Amino acid sequence: MSNLYARITRDSLWSNNIVFAQTLGLCPTMAVTSTATNGLGMGLATTAVLVASNMLISSIRHAVSDEVRIPVYIVIIATLVTLVDVSINAWAHDLYKVLGLYIALIVANCAVLGRAEAFAARNPVLPSGMDGLMMGLGFTFALTAIGLVREILGTGTLFADAHLLLGPAFSFMEFKLIPDYKGFLLMILPPGGFLAVGFLIAAKRIIDRPRASVAESVQVAAPIIR
Amino acid sequence: MDFEQLRGKLYYQVLLLGGVALVTTAALAFADKSTSVDIAAAQARDMQQSLTQVLPGRYDNDLLKDTVLLATQSEEVTVYRARRVGRVEAVVFKVSGPGYAGPIDCMMGIDRGGHITGVRVIKHKETPGLGDKIEPAKGRWIYDFEDKSLGNPSADKWYVKKDGGVFDQFAGATITPRGVVRAVKGGLDFFEKNRVQLLDETVVKGGKS
Repeated sequence: MSNLYARITRDSLWSNNIVFAQTLGLCPTMAVTSTATNGLGMGLATTAVLVASNMLISSIRHAVSDEVRIPVYIVIIATLVTLVDVSINAWAHDLYKVLGLYIALIVANCAVLGRAEAFAARNPVLPSGMDGLMMGLGFTFALTAIGLVREILGTGTLFADAHLLLGPAFSFMEFKLIPDYKGFLLMILPPGGFLAVGFLIAAKRIIDRPRASVAESVQVAAPIIR
Repeated sequence: MDFEQLRGKLYYQVLLLGGVALVTTAALAFADKSTSVDIAAAQARDMQQSLTQVLPGRYDNDLLKDTVLLATQSEEVTVYRARRVGRVEAVVFKVSGPGYAGPIDCMMGIDRGGHITGVRVIKHKETPGLGDKIEPAKGRWIYDFEDKSLGNPSADKWYVKKDGGVFDQFAGATITPRGVVRAVKGGLDFFEKNRVQLLDETVVKGGKS
């Protein structure tokens, strides 16, 4: 069993990462990663929705028929996102002012539906929750990485406005890396998002290359359990 | 229940979809009911905050409850009035000007004498790094409006420098400050035109709570 969780973790965080391997959910990815803080916030909000939707969908998986599963999943995911949206708006309003625009975007993130379909619909509740958590963290990692690249190149800062997202205690994370940096506007604008994602995916491929041939031979012995 | 058998039946699809829709709708209705009061309170707090920013100084009434609704050619403007001992000392309202990427909405405060007490941009879609210097977090530009009035500078100087006025434009972004200047000037004109109505205490207006 612990083997299963280890595999979920490795898969989600790296080898089957939502952004860098599955290249899913690129709409919110491009939209919010102009700073690392925004990427982190969006990643964490998506993680919360992923865990809830995976567990909920897994728990009703025997009752849902193949014919209507997609509308059922969509309705559930959209409801969860709306619940997250109104509760943050009501009870963490300062956070909402930072994240509010992006939360509705989670509905448009096909990765959430993708996990429901690929994992939660065929697995018990606990592994599904784990899959949601780890996939979410992998997504958070990817968004933060993209945000870091764009923020450093674009404005020369690091984790700007982190205290708005995480509270005043985290203002130590904020750096001005390059003093008197004039800024590189392209990286802040949408094309910079495509550039950053493209180069990071290429970097992941290069890192994975030496292992790829080994993995192929192992795959026969350990087929992916779905 | 034996779902294996049920799942194939046509009526089951209808019941399932209907059931899910019913449960989620109930959840949303419940969430809306239990959060609407808190959300309204939070928005009122936001409003209060943006009012205080453009209106330094003392006043002793609740601005959010002392409002006048005035119609201009295009829209209705809600004017918040700050009073001290019953006398209207200043008014705050929203103005809007054309930006580079959609309208720029600002809050502006004007005192009894027609001087600007402050301007803050509350919503814009200008280019990050170029047009966003209108935000106080990114530059001091927006403070230039303080204490200005219709006579200072004179009407033909209420433009950005490029158009022969006194207000700075930004390198690479002229349209943005031009839009803000136009919005603020429009606000002053609006105040001048409706001055009597805005400041006259005999126009009794109960709380619009």
